[in-house]
Amino acid sequence: MSAIRCRGVGKVFGDGHARVVALENVTLEVTEGEFVTLVGASGCGKSTLLRLIAGLDEYTAGEIEAGGAPVLAPGADRAMVFQNYSLYPWLTVMRNVKFARQLAIHTRDRTSVDVEAACGRADALLGLMGLAQVAEAYPSQLSGGMQQRVAIARALMTRPHILLMDEPFGALDAQTREVMHDLILHVCRLEGCTVLFVTHDVDEAIYLGQRVVLMAPRPGRIDSIHTVPLPAKRTLSMKHSAEFLELRERILERIRETSGLRTDLELLEKLSRHVTV
Amino acid sequence: MRLLLPDTERTPQRSDGVAAKTGDAPRRPPVVWKIRGWLSQRSYWTLAAVGLAVPLAFWTALTAFGSVNRVFLPGPYDVVHRIGTWFHDDDLLADVGISCFRVIAGWALSALVALPLGLFIGTFRVVQALLEPLTDFIRYMPAVAFIPLVMLWIGIDEGAKVAIIFIGTFFQMVLMVAEDVRRVPMAQIEVAQTLGASRGEIIDEVIIPSAKPALLDTLRLTMGWAWTYLVVAELVAANSGLGYAVIKAQRFLQTDKIFAGILLIGAIGLVMDQGFRLLHRLAFPYVYARS
Repeated sequence: MSAIRCRGVGKVFGDGHARVVALENVTLEVTEGEFVTLVGASGCGKSTLLRLIAGLDEYTAGEIEAGGAPVLAPGADRAMVFQNYSLYPWLTVMRNVKFARQLAIHTRDRTSVDVEAACGRADALLGLMGLAQVAEAYPSQLSGGMQQRVAIARALMTRPHILLMDEPFGALDAQTREVMHDLILHVCRLEGCTVLFVTHDVDEAIYLGQRVVLMAPRPGRIDSIHTVPLPAKRTLSMKHSAEFLELRERILERIRETSGLRTDLELLEKLSRHVTV
Repeated sequence: MRLLLPDTERTPQRSDGVAAKTGDAPRRPPVVWKIRGWLSQRSYWTLAAVGLAVPLAFWTALTAFGSVNRVFLPGPYDVVHRIGTWFHDDDLLADVGISCFRVIAGWALSALVALPLGLFIGTFRVVQALLEPLTDFIRYMPAVAFIPLVMLWIGIDEGAKVAIIFIGTFFQMVLMVAEDVRRVPMAQIEVAQTLGASRGEIIDEVIIPSAKPALLDTLRLTMGWAWTYLVVAELVAANSGLGYAVIKAQRFLQTDKIFAGILLIGAIGLVMDQGFRLLHRLAFPYVYARS
């Protein structure tokens, strides 16, 4: 069964002269429990697509279904993790993670058993994310990697069916990012949630994704979908495997082609010759 | 002086070993003028004291040598003496009390209306479109010019003085509150939406707590403006208060009393400002928390 279904989705910003087609005719199905990554040059609409599925923006054409129901507004079944600035600085780590619990939608018909289970879940998530030691710290006291772990734990707290991630590791350094990759794969397998993950880092997209959706700009659209020929359980050494490198090269080449960002070697040659003369 | 020494802890070690051989670490220029540089608490307060002491010394010197007529510029001693007699003979504390009451009442009334109104302007575009241009228009009108109207509409008792301070403070405050509310990061709001928060919950649980530190700063700044309208407010048929005392002293050319009144207003403002800063630290420890 498919968790997310997009059919002919389009998004237009503004009208008249300011009219910009951000997405055109996007058709994509993500099956339950799948980890799909979206890559592409900037301006290809990958974040826009994620926001449409989250219900944060309205699509102007086509239809989007999540869990069989049409997407009309943001909902607790689709949690989203942003690149940064999304934690609540006035709440401790623990209270950030438990934030959703106080909302009416999650407190309706709640029994004491649920409350207890929720407390246990918050503790379990903090432990899983390696945050048990800093549960009472404020976000400003944590490193960027730790902050994103809190954001992920908070998103997972209410057991969403779908986890939408918008370049969540974009602001982290390369080493921290590698650690986060294995962590997020592990956690998502445990939780069994469907993940749609936006990134501009091709290595990240291949390492994390079971499928990589390559998007192209002007207008934003899906260019091609690549199934990653790697075993489900990923290890760091796979980044040097022939399959990984071959797919990486293919995707990078395609991004260069679609974005029109090809380095003009002849022009560079001419320029450097001009300088030496 | 400690202050002017280079910051040796931050001196970079050269990797080529040249410095190690000669035993001299390469010297950086003193960090005093470093852009947004660091300063120890002690140096900060020493400089603050110097900043206050130098004008005071200059003032003292100017009057002590008798080069300036006391009517134009009374000395520090005259002013302190005047505060003393004011305290003993003219009930200084009553003046301070009534002025504080007027300022705080005008400011609090203004906050009472500006906080919810600013919250709505900063949250909903329709309210912004409806009210922000209007507020922008009114805030350029001089509060002093409203005095005749205030007297006509409200009368000449306490309400009139409070109203002048309200007019001077309110319109700026609304716009600043709206700006504080607008500065709440969109990601914080959107996260709550994807967690299933309703509109009311987003306002209560995200926008208000997120904007609170900035709002307290806005209240602190507008309190300062409220004080600057005190003299204007006490132009209206007052017979007490610090601003009134300054105006009356002007009539009798009591320059020392004018000085005393102005300095007292400044001192009370400074104390209140520090009080707000202390409250900020106590209420929002996370803003100051660093690992």
